[in-house]
Amino acid sequence: MDMLDFFPSSILQAADTSWQTVTIAQRASSAFRDHDLSGTIGYLLLGLLFTAGLLTVLGLVLIYAERKLAGHFQCRLGPMRVGWHGILQSAADGLKLLLKEDIVPENADKLLHLGAPVLSLMATVLTLAILPLSPTLQVVDLNIGVIYVTAVTSLGVLAILIAGWSSNNKWSLLGAMRAGAQIISYELSATLSLLVMVLLSGSLQLSEIIQSQSDGWWIWKSHLVGVIAFVTFLISTTAELNRTPFDLPEGESELTGGFHTEYSGLRFAFFFLAEFVNMFVASALIVTLFFGGWMPFYIGGWDGFNSIMGLIPPGIWFAGKSAFFIFLLMWFRWTFPRLRIDQLMSLEWKILLPVGFINIFLAALIVLFEWHF
Amino acid sequence: MNVHVSTLDEKTRSSLAIESHSETEEYFINMGPQHPSTHGVLRLILKLDGETVREVIPVLGYIHRSIEKISEYSTYRQIVHLTDRMDYLSAIMNNWAVARTVEKAAEIETNERIESIRTIVSELERIHSHQLGWGVLGMDMGAFTPFLYGFRDREMITDILEETIGARLTMNYIQPGGVMFDIHPDFVRKVKEYLAYFKPKLDEYEDLLSGNPILQQRLRNVGIMDAETALSMGATGPVLRASRVPYDLRKIEPYGMYGEVEFRVAIGTAGDCWDRYYVRIEEMRQSMRIIEQLIDNIPEGKFLLKKPAAKLTIPEGRHYSQIETARGVLGFYIVSEGKETPYRAYFRTPNFHNLWSLTAMAPGGRVGDLVAIISSLDLVIPDIDR
Amino acid sequence: MESEELFQYIASLEAAARPSEKPSDLPTIEVPPEHFLSLMQQLREDPRLYFNMLQVHTAVDWVKKGIFELLYQLYSTKDRQSLRVLVELPRENPVIASVCSIWRIAEWQEREVYDFFGVLYEGHPDLRRLFLEDDWKGFPMRKDYEDDFMLEPGQ
Repeated sequence: MDMLDFFPSSILQAADTSWQTVTIAQRASSAFRDHDLSGTIGYLLLGLLFTAGLLTVLGLVLIYAERKLAGHFQCRLGPMRVGWHGILQSAADGLKLLLKEDIVPENADKLLHLGAPVLSLMATVLTLAILPLSPTLQVVDLNIGVIYVTAVTSLGVLAILIAGWSSNNKWSLLGAMRAGAQIISYELSATLSLLVMVLLSGSLQLSEIIQSQSDGWWIWKSHLVGVIAFVTFLISTTAELNRTPFDLPEGESELTGGFHTEYSGLRFAFFFLAEFVNMFVASALIVTLFFGGWMPFYIGGWDGFNSIMGLIPPGIWFAGKSAFFIFLLMWFRWTFPRLRIDQLMSLEWKILLPVGFINIFLAALIVLFEWHF
Repeated sequence: MNVHVSTLDEKTRSSLAIESHSETEEYFINMGPQHPSTHGVLRLILKLDGETVREVIPVLGYIHRSIEKISEYSTYRQIVHLTDRMDYLSAIMNNWAVARTVEKAAEIETNERIESIRTIVSELERIHSHQLGWGVLGMDMGAFTPFLYGFRDREMITDILEETIGARLTMNYIQPGGVMFDIHPDFVRKVKEYLAYFKPKLDEYEDLLSGNPILQQRLRNVGIMDAETALSMGATGPVLRASRVPYDLRKIEPYGMYGEVEFRVAIGTAGDCWDRYYVRIEEMRQSMRIIEQLIDNIPEGKFLLKKPAAKLTIPEGRHYSQIETARGVLGFYIVSEGKETPYRAYFRTPNFHNLWSLTAMAPGGRVGDLVAIISSLDLVIPDIDR
Repeated sequence: MESEELFQYIASLEAAARPSEKPSDLPTIEVPPEHFLSLMQQLREDPRLYFNMLQVHTAVDWVKKGIFELLYQLYSTKDRQSLRVLVELPRENPVIASVCSIWRIAEWQEREVYDFFGVLYEGHPDLRRLFLEDDWKGFPMRKDYEDDFMLEPGQ
């Protein structure tokens, strides 16, 4: 009995302060209520600029990070020429892609072919708006945040399907079909894992899910259920991101380039950027749901340690945690071989999905009897 | 008698006309000549049913350089230089095939030093070829990193060989009657250093790729070829040995110093892609064993006994001999009229014969399996097209 | 088997097959085209011979004699025995039976020989050019093949 009493209070993180969430949208509407027109417009613009800036910065940083990490995983240096240690490499890459000729195949469905990359990037940008990067750094805090994320990220698969179909290339089509089958299948287990966290935290709002972890991250305090949900979520988001070991839709050695075979220049860059920003979105979701979002890392009873941890601003915490998961995804990419299409499907439908269903049932029991810490 | 000669167009049309059991529509797709996993300019026309491969029609000739025709106008010493351009990953061994045939036919003698050097550099080349094959297999399976690991270690071998030979890819070293140059003074030391370096690295290779469950899933029970089919299909080298046929010319008709060293022939059990992959790993170990036994006692002597006359002639007749390259049996067949140039020269190249077994293995698998099979055959396209 | 013994045994199977007198470095037999297929069948099936590998198949154009010399080099993994079979065909209308049904690799090798020499194989399931394009004129490995960019020996 002592164990149980001892466990939550000392090993797990202790509650410190409750954080007040103030989003940019809230500031804008309060300014509007105060008839402060310039403030309203200012905050709205800030929201736009923030999303656009985040997109750009993420694109530049993640592409550089991926290339540099890949280099070091492969016993080489990665980009070294452009700027100090190649720091300007992604800017140079972007410039190159901008200046490249935008080739559209003759028999392509022009409208869809040109629109697909935009749709792909749009789906990504829409999710950036609701990610709680810190208590004050969130554009809008929807009360159905989790559902919104699931809905909007599914738009990405539509873009891929359109891209593959409209290119009028059989390799593209094969890639798009693989992507469709894969992403839709893995969406199921991803959503099941999301639902587990919704059950545990009792809210669909992302900021409240974070608030519910103020006395300990869900990965610690939800028994095995949280861990299983985390693992399935990690696997299925990797699959949704089309990254190795699930990069079949663009599997270079099989499909030459998959759905983006026929894209060049800026439109290819859009797909590329969307993939990288999606990686951040996935990591941010993992952090939000399982690892306390922008909550600092506290250890119960260690007051000195906790106060030092508390000094680090929440935005940095969020960025750091996300960076870890982005690193993990890149690590996967440069280590694993690719699965085959039927193995991929059987992994989802025969293993992950049943596990997900059992897990959500267990989560319901845990919530019902309040077994979690 | 009337023999019908068909065309590619006719072939694809008739292939499509074959009644299929599936209710879905089958379609053709062109894999290559520019495709990342055909390793060059190989073109495969695939008949697919969804993701399932129904038929593979290889189309060759994209880099045919008529080496055989050029050989008819070249002296025997000139032919040696053409052979590097066939299987560029076994360049030295290709030279050896010509040298061996010419030496046997024209009764040119060599000494033990020459044979030792030939054996050592050939085994070094076999290792570097298999390293590349290992890396490329990883890349085809979607893991890009092994490719660069393989390349890193391969570079060191090419560095060692470059010191002696002066070239890194089209290494032109063995000639009838000896080798082109004597080995570099540092050669022995560097080879020993390399062996000490590479042994633990080979275990790292296994950790990185062989132990990966995804890779095993991708390779095991994929592209199975039994011994009978493999023999009938004319496969040789690791492809044949993976199908449980211990056919290795280094053991069966030892040439060079292979008769005097101890090594074992790696064979597979199931004949699937995994066996072909693993036979190569094991061959790297055996090659290192061979080099270890020879490197310390390279006898003193000349590296070229007698400079063969530029106008080397071969007695009239049909001469054939073959050696085991990294990919299989390379035979060189000369029909001579007793002149300086052969009347007819024919290269029996391993990849040309190995490629054909693809048509037996691929149908029924997925596109991903096809890539695994191509990769496990370890093809070098210039060797097919000669 | 020693080559004498081998020749005798083969002669007992197929009387038309006789040891070749042409200079050759392997045990060599010659057979007229009409007995060729039955000989090859027996070389493959006969339990004492069991030549299960067709290692080399190619042709030589003896333009002065007006013949194509076809070469089939067989190998038996059972006895580690090699055998070379030579067949002579007239340069006009060179037709011979295909051995695709005996060794599957023959399908591939025979296409190469057709491509370069124009030897026609009867019973070949898919006889078409292998390296060259379908509409290529002529057979380039023939000695009398003329091409405007061909090199003259000695130039």
